[in-house]
Amino acid sequence: MNWGVLLFPGSNCAEDCFHAVDQILGKPVKYLWHKDTELGDVDAIIIPGGFSYGDHLRPGAIAHLSPAMIAVKEFAAAGGLVIGICNGFQILTEARMLPGSLLQNRGLKFLCQDQTLKVDNADTPFTSEYNSGDVVVFPIAHNEGNYYAAKHTIAEMEANGQILFRYCNPEGEVSDQTNPNGSLNNIAGIINRNRNVVGMMPHPERSSDSVLGLSDGKGVFVSMLKHLEAKHG
Amino acid sequence: MEEKIWRRAGLTDSEYKLLCTHMGREPNTVELALYAQMWSEHCGYTHTRPLFKHFLTTGPRIVQGPGENAGIVDIDDDEVITFKLESHNHPSAIAPFQGAATGVGGIIRDILAMGAYPIASLNSLHFGHPGDKGHTRWLISEVIHGIGEYGNCVGVPTVGGEVRFSNAYKGNPLVNAMCVGFMKKSEIKKAIATGVGNSLMIVGNLTGRDGMGGASFASKDLEEENDEDRGAIQVGDPFMEKLLIEACLEVFKEDYVVGVQDMGAAGILSSSVETASKAGNGVEIDVALVPKREEAMRPEEVMISESQERMLLIVKKGMEEKVNKIFHKWDLHAVVIGQVTDDGIYRVLENGVTVGEVPVWSLMDAPTYILEAVEPPHLKQTMAFKNDQITQPKDLNEVLLKLLGAPDICSKEWVYRQYDHRVQMNTVVKPGSDAAILRIKGRDKGIGLTMDSNGRYCYLNPRRGAQSIVAESARNQVVSGAEPIAITDGLNFGNPEKPEVYYQLEQSIIGISEACRALDTPVIGGNASLYNQTPEFGSIYPTPIIGMTGLVKSLSHVTTMEFKDDGDFIILIGETKAELGASEYLDVIHNLVTGDVPALDLKLERKAQDYILDIIRKGLVRSAHDLGDGGLAVALAESCIAGKLGANVSLDMDIRADALLFGESQTRFMLSADQAATDKIVELAAQQGLESAVIGRVTKIKKVIIHNMDEKLIDVSLEACSTAFANGFDKLMKTDR
Repeated sequence: MNWGVLLFPGSNCAEDCFHAVDQILGKPVKYLWHKDTELGDVDAIIIPGGFSYGDHLRPGAIAHLSPAMIAVKEFAAAGGLVIGICNGFQILTEARMLPGSLLQNRGLKFLCQDQTLKVDNADTPFTSEYNSGDVVVFPIAHNEGNYYAAKHTIAEMEANGQILFRYCNPEGEVSDQTNPNGSLNNIAGIINRNRNVVGMMPHPERSSDSVLGLSDGKGVFVSMLKHLEAKHG
Repeated sequence: MEEKIWRRAGLTDSEYKLLCTHMGREPNTVELALYAQMWSEHCGYTHTRPLFKHFLTTGPRIVQGPGENAGIVDIDDDEVITFKLESHNHPSAIAPFQGAATGVGGIIRDILAMGAYPIASLNSLHFGHPGDKGHTRWLISEVIHGIGEYGNCVGVPTVGGEVRFSNAYKGNPLVNAMCVGFMKKSEIKKAIATGVGNSLMIVGNLTGRDGMGGASFASKDLEEENDEDRGAIQVGDPFMEKLLIEACLEVFKEDYVVGVQDMGAAGILSSSVETASKAGNGVEIDVALVPKREEAMRPEEVMISESQERMLLIVKKGMEEKVNKIFHKWDLHAVVIGQVTDDGIYRVLENGVTVGEVPVWSLMDAPTYILEAVEPPHLKQTMAFKNDQITQPKDLNEVLLKLLGAPDICSKEWVYRQYDHRVQMNTVVKPGSDAAILRIKGRDKGIGLTMDSNGRYCYLNPRRGAQSIVAESARNQVVSGAEPIAITDGLNFGNPEKPEVYYQLEQSIIGISEACRALDTPVIGGNASLYNQTPEFGSIYPTPIIGMTGLVKSLSHVTTMEFKDDGDFIILIGETKAELGASEYLDVIHNLVTGDVPALDLKLERKAQDYILDIIRKGLVRSAHDLGDGGLAVALAESCIAGKLGANVSLDMDIRADALLFGESQTRFMLSADQAATDKIVELAAQQGLESAVIGRVTKIKKVIIHNMDEKLIDVSLEACSTAFANGFDKLMKTDR
């Protein structure tokens, strides 16, 4: 069960994602380089957070044109698991592998805090370790995390159970007051229709190592692992 | 030479005469520019160097003291951390966003130049009052934005520091950034140009005209009309810095590089002079080989440009292509611009033609000045202050709430939520605590990081004020479970040529030295920023800033300030005296900056800190907090707010209520513990001859209540405290005073 963490110039959460798979899951993981056209033997790909290409132009706009992203698209089309976290989410929307886009936070400031999230759909390869309605804490750290998509797209995603996480308060209430960045419907993380590509602004890897006082995010990686193990028998 | 051209370059007549003697002739314009930069306060420490002799710079954990890009301390297991702070005050006053951003970038490269991976940033910021709309608020917002933008993008977490406010900084804000790096002992690099024939390679950004003469700009007063100094401001590119970090660390893994130096103040010039001087060698650099982003740059412009995100590597002859290949992978260049020579001469060429040559040693031999020191006249009056000169307010609840919302005390979440403080996944204790704690991956240990200052204390008593800051830093470490190791100091002062300012500088340095010796925390490096004054607002408070690191031997020792459980006992360690002088209370409530700084017994301080660390390591303590700004009542409220619990405290002290509640007597700690541990804590304190008192209980009733000798002094809801504390800063930024 090999994991790959895709490295762009300016990715700064790659080592954190590597740590989560290597140290927390204890599974084999390697870095994939943005100039590579072949990804090699991997079963799941993490596109980490950071500031690929310094966020020049807009977050993810340059990274999604990298040679490796062509290979990632092929990998996803063949059913491979792909998760984009923070800047990784922005790259996946720029690559049109996920709908919508991430606008600047409505507060117009970078926001770093431990954020409570409500699990909206626990029936996916990325969330099976949770129950729908669970309240979990993942850190957020972004300037452009304000999820936006056309009305009909949002309606379709809602109907298809494509919303995985929503921003909420510790009591699990989802409202405008519990929305840190202005995302439509408090959307924090989504999945594609085929249920194999996920994008989320909160950082599950930063919430995977209990030494740091947070461990709810480990479930995302364990869910993926269990799915892969079931698939491969 | 033309009429006194050296004066425009920032050199005095006697300095000019001296350099002519060194050279045996008059310099040309290139050579004059070399001296002007290297002999500035910023590069040459002309006013501060003679005072550094006071500092203790060695110790069992000190691997590298002052003299390199940053100091290094041993944290066991053949692992070390390297750290340093640097000021970027003048650039931040003119262009706060870029000034602050490049301050962060510059100090990160100092750490990188040691061979270490940068794992944390902290910063100490000083501004005018946030209630002053317009310029002050613009500076606050822009500086914080600049720090966040750079630090977040470069992927180094900003884990702590401080933000303080006073009119004294209205015209001249202070921006001091600290960076901490981690490496194995075997990975340490030095800034040295050994091996005649080895190549000087410049890596990273292109060289332009930005930051021209920044070092000498930083070494004079800030003028009202300083548009012509705008060219002295650098522009930061954190993306380039991130690539530079990755590429450099990849190159360092191989055996290609003998020396590394970051290009900070005075750019190519100072980095190459310093490396050559250390090796006793000469260097020659051809400015035509330096990759530039501007046309027709003069040789001296190339040499002193402070374009950001550049490093100098001294590369073994024959390894240049291999180095370049690694940089190329990261879409960067590494270009040979010169070589190490054996003649001890600093030679500048342009297309192979010599345009300047001076002895290396003479550039490093900036003249030093021991100036006249005169006690500032205000001290006579402020030292004479007596507590009975002020009337105690009737409503002490209101005083407490006002203090909790005061600029220096209130929550700085508004600030640190703009900083990524979790990236790299080492942050065990986040900003907003006494010390930030980072774990060391793969080990059960961690490090404590703090940055502290108190300009008001040093204004009212430079020597004891400076001692108090070191003591407070160490207190912040021990209450967090860390054993203090070493400090880096940022000396921010006004114009040292004024005798009162020189007095403050000298006394502060003596105070730092005394406290460092008492607490066994050597000084492993630092930075001096003088001439912090403007015609309109005068000199800043004397503001030495202490950046400290500590070692957490086991992560099980990590302790935080918040109360943990209903029913826990609250214990006060240390003696409370009737000391109101220099307090936050006098400043905020009575609008008075006066009195003497509270008494400080450094021997007692050491004993108390050793004791606190001991009982924490024994696992007796549930929460620990040092008593600082705002005294006992504020510390109690802070532990309640953070723990979302109440407290009911009864004191028995014959001291006027305001001094009891808000006085800032030193060497005090507030702990909480369960019954059995409390008995042990009190017993161990008695054994050490330390005062201790069980003063109350943590309650689930959400109120903060303080009695003294059967009189109720404070009875206020936790909600009111939390609101005042949490919303304080946001409110200050929105309410004009």
